[in-house]
Amino acid sequence: MAHFKKANSLNEWMDQRLGVNTLKKVMQSEYWIPKDINFLWAMGMVLAATFGILVVSGIFLLMYYIPDTKLAFDSVNYITMTEVGYGWLWRHVHGIGASLVFLIIYIHMFTGIYYGSYKRGRELIWLSGMLLFVLFSAEAFSGYMLPWGQMSYWAGMVITNLFEGFSPDFAGGALNSPALVEWIRGDYVPDQAFLGRFFMLHVFLMPLMIIGVIVLHFGTLRLPHVNNQEGADIDFDEAAALWKAGNKKESKVIPFSPVFLSKDVFVLGVYFILFFYLVFYNFSFAMDPVNFDPADGLKTPAHIYPEWYFLWSYEILRPFSKDLGLLAFIFAQGIFFALPFLDRSPNVAPAGRRGLFNIWFWILLIDCIILTFMGKLPPEGIWNVIGFWAAITFFALWIALPIITMLEKKK
Amino acid sequence: MSDKSSERRQFITGLGLAGFTGLGAIGALYAAKRSWDPLPSVKSAGFTTIDVSPAKENQLVVEKWRGKPIFILKKSAEMKKDKRDLVIGGANYHISIGLCTHLGCIPSYRPDSHDFLCACHGGEFDASGNVTKSPPPSPLVIPPFKIDGTKLVLGEEGPEYKKLKDAGLTA
Repeated sequence: MAHFKKANSLNEWMDQRLGVNTLKKVMQSEYWIPKDINFLWAMGMVLAATFGILVVSGIFLLMYYIPDTKLAFDSVNYITMTEVGYGWLWRHVHGIGASLVFLIIYIHMFTGIYYGSYKRGRELIWLSGMLLFVLFSAEAFSGYMLPWGQMSYWAGMVITNLFEGFSPDFAGGALNSPALVEWIRGDYVPDQAFLGRFFMLHVFLMPLMIIGVIVLHFGTLRLPHVNNQEGADIDFDEAAALWKAGNKKESKVIPFSPVFLSKDVFVLGVYFILFFYLVFYNFSFAMDPVNFDPADGLKTPAHIYPEWYFLWSYEILRPFSKDLGLLAFIFAQGIFFALPFLDRSPNVAPAGRRGLFNIWFWILLIDCIILTFMGKLPPEGIWNVIGFWAAITFFALWIALPIITMLEKKK
Repeated sequence: MSDKSSERRQFITGLGLAGFTGLGAIGALYAAKRSWDPLPSVKSAGFTTIDVSPAKENQLVVEKWRGKPIFILKKSAEMKKDKRDLVIGGANYHISIGLCTHLGCIPSYRPDSHDFLCACHGGEFDASGNVTKSPPPSPLVIPPFKIDGTKLVLGEEGPEYKKLKDAGLTA
């Protein structure tokens, strides 16, 4: 057994047993953050806080929710909303939180793309972040099933049908699997078995995996450190030594806690003004009216569409035939993972100083916004044409990326 | 113990551990897969009998089979006959599972133009369920049926269904 001296304080007692002082150094007081960053670097903490709020509001919703196809709709829309004290608060916080978490994820992603924060040792940050995006998408989808309204049912129908794969004519039917769809649903159509398993995924397995990958995501950040506005290659040991010697002004870095965290808290404060403005005054923004009709397997709503954060990838699938559409969808879901490897330029710099890449970045951002708008509009006439070309532009951009980044001059 | 026998011992221990945990993992995965299969009660509730005689010409009747909508459309004289039609009591009927073959929305019937429109992704089918506008990859699916007088037993494969199936006309 290790030798333990008598501890003179609670902190010393804890340090002997848990190494809390070392932990504090590694995670907080000697985790160095460059000074040259802006408010966009606070999005990670904004996401962590939003996830925390989703967990807390989810716990309260879970206590009255009944995962039964006959009772689920009323357990949400009647019991939680009208009977449970402040039940409406948890529901609106949960709905707005689910919507805003994607807004912040997209800002977080495009910040990373703009500043090249996925290169030079930061590849794993990007990959684990993309994995989180996929898990959050699965979490959002499974949660959307639970109120068992018309949109829940038909979104469940359409999305599980994607797993049927390609049509029987494609590749001799080798990639056609109607049985897989029935297996995922546990029925011919979404019903009790389906609701039960998506309930389990939403309240347990997905959150558990998300928490695990958040820890991994933080871990991937620790050694390469966060990027900075100039993409400068900072000597963290040297800068840290300056700070510790008291030359705080000359040092290029600050400790994560409490110095950087205080800035995070300020951004969080601003963010929560928007958050609670939506919760209290504009909650219908995250409550689709069609989902206030109970699920009916014999009636498709006139126009179905996903929540706004899935519209861009939904629109990429829509203008094509079934097989091409599925290929397009798989491409759109997967291609962002490959970003660190498709960007062939060694330069880590803001896009604004990378010539062609700057144009690429802004077209990609605008194209994703156009796709988002087109996804919400009915599939007819001019919207079809615009949606089609926006989808083509999306593919062209990713094919062009290795070429334009190879042409980029080394700085 | 010599290095060689220690290596050998490690190898055998590793093999044994990997073998037994592997077996356990395969068993658990199989059990997990089976737990997600449709329940026997779900599978056995798969037969439905429908009387088609009350159907009126050019008016879509929607019934339910295995939780899915079933389209029954009695054709009028002016509507085009098709190889996929069912002839029951001298009249031509279009019978199909009312789910778009693209991603499973229910198309709506437009009696004036004698066709179906799927609002989800804009697919169109004629009154016989054949695709007239992409993205649906194939016609509306004809469910397994048996004709029994003016009644239709869904879920059972009768001789008329088998003929359609052999001709590749059911989907």
